[in-house]
Amino acid sequence: MRPSRDVYILGYGAYIPIFRIRSENIGRVWGRSKEKLPIPEKAVAGPDEDSTTMAYEAAKYALNRALVEPEDIGALFIGTESPPYAVKPVATTVAEALGLKPDILAIDMEFACKAGTTAMICIMGLVASNMMKCGIAIGVDTAQSRPSDELEYTTGCGASAIVLGCDYNDPIARIEAVHSFVTDTPDFWRREGAYYPSHAHRFTGKPAYFRHIIAAGRALMKELGLKPSDFDYVVFHQPNIKFPQRVARALGFDYEKLKPGLVVPYIGNTYAASSLIGLCSVLDRAEPGERIMLVSFGSGAGSDAISIVVEEGVRKRRNYAPLVHKLIEHSKYIDYPTYIKYRRKIRMK
Amino acid sequence: MIGMRRVAVIGVGFTKVGEHWNSSLRDLYAQAVLRAVSDADLELRDIQAMFIGNMSSGYLQAQEHLGSLLATHLGIQGIAAVKIEAACGSGGAAFHQAVLAVASGYYDFVIAGGIEKMTDVRTEYLTSALIMADDQEFVASTGVTFPGLNALIYRLYMEKYNVRQEDIAQFPVHEHFYAQFVEHAQYRYPITLEQVLESTIVADPIRLLECSPISDGAAAVVLCPLDIAMKRRKEGIVEVIGSALSTDAISLNEREDPTTFIATVKAAKRAYRMAKIEPRDVDVVEVHDAYSILGIINLEDLGFAEKGKGVRLVKEGEIARDGRIPTNLSGGLKARGHPVGATGIYQVAEIVKQLRGDFGKNQVDDAEIGLAQSIGGVGGTVIVNILKRIR
Amino acid sequence: MSIPSPPRAWREQKYRYRLVGVKCTRCGLTYYPPVVVCTKCKSTELTTIELPRKGVLLSYTIIHYPPVEFKEYAPYAVGLIKLEDGTEVIAQLTDIDFNELRPGIKVEAVFRCLKTQGEEGIIEYGMKFRRALEE
Repeated sequence: MRPSRDVYILGYGAYIPIFRIRSENIGRVWGRSKEKLPIPEKAVAGPDEDSTTMAYEAAKYALNRALVEPEDIGALFIGTESPPYAVKPVATTVAEALGLKPDILAIDMEFACKAGTTAMICIMGLVASNMMKCGIAIGVDTAQSRPSDELEYTTGCGASAIVLGCDYNDPIARIEAVHSFVTDTPDFWRREGAYYPSHAHRFTGKPAYFRHIIAAGRALMKELGLKPSDFDYVVFHQPNIKFPQRVARALGFDYEKLKPGLVVPYIGNTYAASSLIGLCSVLDRAEPGERIMLVSFGSGAGSDAISIVVEEGVRKRRNYAPLVHKLIEHSKYIDYPTYIKYRRKIRMK
Repeated sequence: MIGMRRVAVIGVGFTKVGEHWNSSLRDLYAQAVLRAVSDADLELRDIQAMFIGNMSSGYLQAQEHLGSLLATHLGIQGIAAVKIEAACGSGGAAFHQAVLAVASGYYDFVIAGGIEKMTDVRTEYLTSALIMADDQEFVASTGVTFPGLNALIYRLYMEKYNVRQEDIAQFPVHEHFYAQFVEHAQYRYPITLEQVLESTIVADPIRLLECSPISDGAAAVVLCPLDIAMKRRKEGIVEVIGSALSTDAISLNEREDPTTFIATVKAAKRAYRMAKIEPRDVDVVEVHDAYSILGIINLEDLGFAEKGKGVRLVKEGEIARDGRIPTNLSGGLKARGHPVGATGIYQVAEIVKQLRGDFGKNQVDDAEIGLAQSIGGVGGTVIVNILKRIR
Repeated sequence: MSIPSPPRAWREQKYRYRLVGVKCTRCGLTYYPPVVVCTKCKSTELTTIELPRKGVLLSYTIIHYPPVEFKEYAPYAVGLIKLEDGTEVIAQLTDIDFNELRPGIKVEAVFRCLKTQGEEGIIEYGMKFRRALEE
């Protein structure tokens, strides 16, 4: 899918909470040895943080880079599966806190870990059709994980925001095309009222993660008439370290192109923010003219594949907010009891 | 002279301060009033007006309209009775209103009472109740507590004047010593400095034994024109020679120097001027030490020591019974206790007893002039009342 | 604790979400919270301003015995902060170890949950302060 007008990334921002927990501290409690840990550590939201607060911080950084007038922002879309309310949108609180005008289109959307990229694609349509000058798409999650479960080692917290628009000088990057691919695949879900999600173990691999990413990635390259060698970077949704590496190989991408956007070893799987934080990490270093392939994956299931070409503006603008590696370094380690206190896994009533 | 007439206190009465599981708010208040009226050698029907100091009856007891409630409970409905509220300074403020009522010539026999019933609820509700003394929207919303606000002052004070916590923490030690000999005090045992410094941290750096306790209690005093008092009593006549109330910015962040309570300075200045005295003329004093640091700051703001040098008064024994400025010989808020809205009246009653020569072991020799200081919030309101023995 | 009130929280959003105070147009003094009359020059010409988000810690304490609605967060630190324009505010400190607390450290505002109006009530957001990230 290509927009009828060029759509640009005007600003990007990531937010990673300060707290980290080492997987070995989790493994120690549940009897898993150090060698069998899927990632070394992950980011944990503090007790006063939630998807709303993190979305705000990421958006603030993105706006610092975007240099757009707040009055020009016509939409704020939040992609999340862990909003603090089951009913009451995150988007309105973030919009008010950012000082946006009330005359905007705002909504929360859910599609597991691909809600952020889907929000981006929606905003693309709104700006390309000239319905507004620019809009913000945010992917954010503080997803919950069941104690002792596989996912407790990898489920992290984070946010990322992308500002999109047409007709702007000196943009950061241009979106070439997108392709989205969805099927009804029950790999990972959470029923209404359930506190922890459920998943289908190995079924989350081939029929879910790999199938959708490969389908969307291949379709996008076919539409553009491009090959993996035409791309300088590739970023995937990152549930752990192995899956992105394997799917990169399956699609024909070298590890060198994957590495710059691979953030999961430091912050864990940030769900709707995952591939977007990876994208931010790439934009922190990419040079004008380079091409990025971004493929997200959301359980349930689907993938958004996005092809991005870096523009001149990236060199100057990336310095207007903290780089991802700085946010990764800004960390404090907590132990397992503190972790479950912060993540509200302790029964207080 | 305060108004058109000179004002005297002719009766005092109060309950013991402590945990009164068996007594309700109205029970305690009635006790205090009956004792005060009896001490004044009057009948309840002589009373024409009643000003009742109380901070939290609405929140803690779901009870407002104390004027009508308590007048009814005492069988004197019909009189002018009303609740006066100035956070923890409600008692001092009620006394001030009573003084104005008599000084103006409008009423002859007036009761200034105070009552607080705090022990019916769990601590976290009391914590919520006390922070209502500060700005709800902008300060309470941060999660800060009343001891927390005082802790902010404590730390600023120590930094600014280079004073150690060990010296400030002597204040409660002094108070517990004297409270041993005060029948109505909540805590009648001595404590050591080590115990204070090792007690639980409530709001860093404030320790538990530096905090006034949670208390139930009621106190009442009867006021009337001085000439009537002279006719009714042969001796033990005490006149109110100064009474002043001042406010200040309610929150610390709105003040230039949080280590001084401007409201104390202003109210004291005005009261001293009214009374035509200087600080050195004061023989005995009850200051509002909700926390140890306030005990020190109050002594300075009232003019008994230079800023930053308050601890010297404690170190050098000047606040002892036979010192230059005997302070809080009732045990103060820390040891006598602090049923918040009632404390201001307890202080006045204790000063009256000192001036009458009726304070037992803690009697200050030849006490002629006494001062009671009552604080609302973190110095948002301060009332200074000065009394003098006439005969 | 105040009775759970969505309208009240909504009114307070303006000040809490964007650290909004007022400035006296005559003498330049700033106020947080906003007032209606300038204490210094008594002018009623006060304009709304967004206060600077960075400042310095003047004093701090650690709360161990919290009020009702803050129970699950204790212990936490609260500070008296002087913003870059001289305005002072009281705010909770976050993302900080207690042994880092020291008068003089640089702090910056962040958007966080302040409290909730009970388990089924609304969430109130506002500003807390963390140590300023190095440039």
